[in-house]
Amino acid sequence: MLLEYAAIALFIIVATAIGFIAIGLGNFFGPRSSTEIKAMPYESGMDPIGPGTRRLPVRFYLIAVLFILFDIEVVFFLPWAIVFRQLGWFGLVEMFIFIIILLVGYFYAWKKGALEWE
Amino acid sequence: MSIPLSWYLILSAALFSIGLFGVLARKNAVAILLGIELMLNAVNINLVAFWRYGSGSIAGQVFAIIVFAVAAAEVAVGLALIISVYRRRTTVIADELDLLKW
Amino acid sequence: MTPDQIIFLLCAALIVGSALMVVTTKNLVHAALWLVATLFGVAILYGLLQAGFLALVQVVVYIGAIAVLFIFAVMLTRREMRDKGTQVNHNWGISALLALLTFGGLAFILSSWVGFSSTAKAIPAGTDTLMMLGKALVSPDAYVLPFEVASILLLAALVGAVYIATSSKE
Repeated sequence: MLLEYAAIALFIIVATAIGFIAIGLGNFFGPRSSTEIKAMPYESGMDPIGPGTRRLPVRFYLIAVLFILFDIEVVFFLPWAIVFRQLGWFGLVEMFIFIIILLVGYFYAWKKGALEWE
Repeated sequence: MSIPLSWYLILSAALFSIGLFGVLARKNAVAILLGIELMLNAVNINLVAFWRYGSGSIAGQVFAIIVFAVAAAEVAVGLALIISVYRRRTTVIADELDLLKW
Repeated sequence: MTPDQIIFLLCAALIVGSALMVVTTKNLVHAALWLVATLFGVAILYGLLQAGFLALVQVVVYIGAIAVLFIFAVMLTRREMRDKGTQVNHNWGISALLALLTFGGLAFILSSWVGFSSTAKAIPAGTDTLMMLGKALVSPDAYVLPFEVASILLLAALVGAVYIATSSKE
């Protein structure tokens, strides 16, 4: 049973190793010299204004919330989709109820302007 | 499968206790929610372990999925509340939000 | 030691270690990243328990969405995130004691239970867990009510989060 996951484990190991090797090689071979001008944050040639850690606008949060909730919806879809032929009309109707309830929230977010990006 | 059930139960008890410490001891409200996530994960380990070591019922996995949904809902609303509080009070330190204390 | 046990122990070390970092590290962005490590360890545990679907959901939903939401929230409430001194409140000692007592109590109660050290039977060949899960979720004599209630919960969370996050515009 563990062998089923061996491919994934190998993938993780190789991916991690490539990351380390790429950065490690650059660190090892590349010449490095740090001057004050080099260490300055680059802002299109101008002197940087204000702190570098500015707050994100709340739009990002709203998009992430919408993503999470519809992600969970997919989690409920997948087991249903595998057996939905065996379930017949009953399963279909139930999934429609599920989707319609969530669509109410979707339209609310739409009306509220959460999907606009100004 | 050579792992006894006790290993999973002890691990999830440890994870739950660490999460509890995070909830009780951290100042920042976001960190408190992080502790709650740890506790929910401990619960989920228990549910899946009992499903695997139990007698063929699928209930453990169904409950685990419901816990996923609850965790997502809790995080979405909880973090929205924290962000809203931050905009009004410019703080997310739980001890400073004492308007309802007398 | 069988390979399963070695993987479990490595995984347990990863989970407990990174969970401790989540609750003790000062920088909140780092705490959120340690949470990702914890969640990944839990995903491996689901794989060990032969719950492949849940392992997938753990990676996609928990790591892919919830942890990212945490990082967004940390960035949105940035000012308090600076590591100015301690990140724990004044009664952290009592909290630590309480957490230890909880762990001790749970371990004691569990160890006095008869099924504590039971081992798993092999899953019979030909059982499709995902299929059973799908049937259980929508068949009327199983979990159809929690299934529909979950959609209402998600609706409430969606409306609540959108309303709270957009309403307080100054």
